[in-house]
Amino acid sequence: MTPYVDLSQLSMEFPTPKGPFKALDQVSLKIQKGEFISLIGHSGCGKSTVLNIIAGLYQATEGGVILEGKEVTEPGPERAVVFQNHSLFPWLTAYENIEIAVKQVFKGQKSKAEMRSWVEHNLELVHMSHAANKYPSELSGGMKQRIGIARALAMEPKVLLMDEPFGALDALTRAHLQDSLMEIQSELNNTVVMITHDVDEAVLLSDRIVMMTNGPAATIGEILEIELPRPRERLALASDSQYNAYRADVLRFLHQKHSNPASRSRSSSSDNPGKDDDSISRAA
Amino acid sequence: MFKQKTIGFLEVAGFRWMVPVVRLAYWEEPIEQARQLSNLILLPFAAIVLFLMLWAAGASQVDTSLGELPGPSAVLAAGKSLYAEHKEERAKEVAFYQRQEVRNAKKLERNPDATVKWRNYTGNATFIDQIFTSLKTVFTGFILASVIAIPVGIACGLSPQLNTAVSPIIQILKPVSPLAWLPIVTMIVSAVYVADDPLFAKSFVTSAVTVTLCCMWPTLINTAVGVANIDKDLLNVGRVIRLGWFTRVRKIAIPAALPMIFTGLRISLGIGWMVLIAAEMLAQNPGLGKFVWDEFQNGSSQSLARIMAAVVTIGFIGFVLDWLMLTVQKLISHDDSAA
Repeated sequence: MTPYVDLSQLSMEFPTPKGPFKALDQVSLKIQKGEFISLIGHSGCGKSTVLNIIAGLYQATEGGVILEGKEVTEPGPERAVVFQNHSLFPWLTAYENIEIAVKQVFKGQKSKAEMRSWVEHNLELVHMSHAANKYPSELSGGMKQRIGIARALAMEPKVLLMDEPFGALDALTRAHLQDSLMEIQSELNNTVVMITHDVDEAVLLSDRIVMMTNGPAATIGEILEIELPRPRERLALASDSQYNAYRADVLRFLHQKHSNPASRSRSSSSDNPGKDDDSISRAA
Repeated sequence: MFKQKTIGFLEVAGFRWMVPVVRLAYWEEPIEQARQLSNLILLPFAAIVLFLMLWAAGASQVDTSLGELPGPSAVLAAGKSLYAEHKEERAKEVAFYQRQEVRNAKKLERNPDATVKWRNYTGNATFIDQIFTSLKTVFTGFILASVIAIPVGIACGLSPQLNTAVSPIIQILKPVSPLAWLPIVTMIVSAVYVADDPLFAKSFVTSAVTVTLCCMWPTLINTAVGVANIDKDLLNVGRVIRLGWFTRVRKIAIPAALPMIFTGLRISLGIGWMVLIAAEMLAQNPGLGKFVWDEFQNGSSQSLARIMAAVVTIGFIGFVLDWLMLTVQKLISHDDSAA
């Protein structure tokens, strides 16, 4: 069976004043349709670089990404991205933020009325219909991220890319959004690639967890299949031995085999959990 | 609800001192409101009174060749007489047109085929007229500057190469005084702006162009910085939904940089107003600058008081212009887009 998304031997070098910095080395991954993949690893391990290459925002130095038999060469709505800091346009309302994408993506395919109901449908999907006419500055962090997800879903992407979508939120809000995401996922069965720092989030949401080694020249260390039945219930899983075994596996990988480089050498300036590969490419 | 809206409007419009008045009208924490009111109104009021007293006391000590330096009351009197002169001039104008109408009507009555002449009134420009000339000139220069500075600033913000290339030129031209520009502008306008029946007077064009040259820089620099510092992810959203380059600029770069652009415009208009007075003095554009210069040359016993009245007027108009820009700036800022 040919994979839906095929990352083959991705390598990435960033030019720096001190010569090229190799962020990624030979990353290969095959993703099936409808699969939920999490990328987990320490800051600076190049997770975001992988995501940006799939999105087409970066071009891999070597290797490439094939989506449904076609090579990815530029960004496009079939690979919608949910950015970490929501990236809503502050001068547009929640509705308009989704509308701008819908208008562009379905130009000539949907009538005006269809577009309107499609925007409303996606607001409904993330339970934000009541805030359609609010501006981002009037919304909480969790609400903004819901709109960001709705905007990405409204593009009807083949692959939904999420760059630490819940990283900036408090624990309770994060749990709510994870539940919403699972609910949406059971309905739409999207193919998703999500970056996360959060072990629980990875185990709860994913079909497979891709654990990355530390950079420079980061690559895939291990892949963990999560064979927990869906729908998954956060509370029930908390005392589930299988769930806790998966959790322990990921923790072991992160803390024993590949402990955080920043904690080993405090002098390095890449100790910035928010932005991973950017900071390391600059620090190098 | 009405109270909240009123307070919101007053805050955006910069009338913060009115807010306690509104609250007081609703009898909301009257003591606290009274305290705020006394802070916001009494303190500036006391400072103004003190300033006027020092001015009055100091002025009487200075004896100039044009008589004693005028104090606040003399300046107020001069301001009143300037307004009275304006009224008088307007009355003369109305009377002139009435006479002309009656005369022409009579002429046509006697001979319906007679050609009648309609003449325009050519009285002196009054102080009020000069204020409007100045405003017209400064806005012409300011709009011209904005039309140049905003597109160039956007281009510089989008292209780091272009920004690096033109940055030294901007840095060198920026600090040049309007008085240095003026002779050059005058010569160029005289050479280039030649028409038999020009729409605008040369002095007007010269003054406006000088204002343009001096006030375009803050807008240009702020626009460039604003566009260059847009959140990369916002632009990436535009790339993901495949907006064309031009649409990305129009729908993402410009709205995102708009608060910075408006900050620049506000500084530009402030500089433009300052520069204008100097430009009008030298270019003899019939605005407030020329008024000050003419009064200085005139040298009557009234002159100093009239110049000081003009100074107060110039300051007050500058303040109003800044307040207008600040209000617009607050309205378009994303942070209180709720307003």
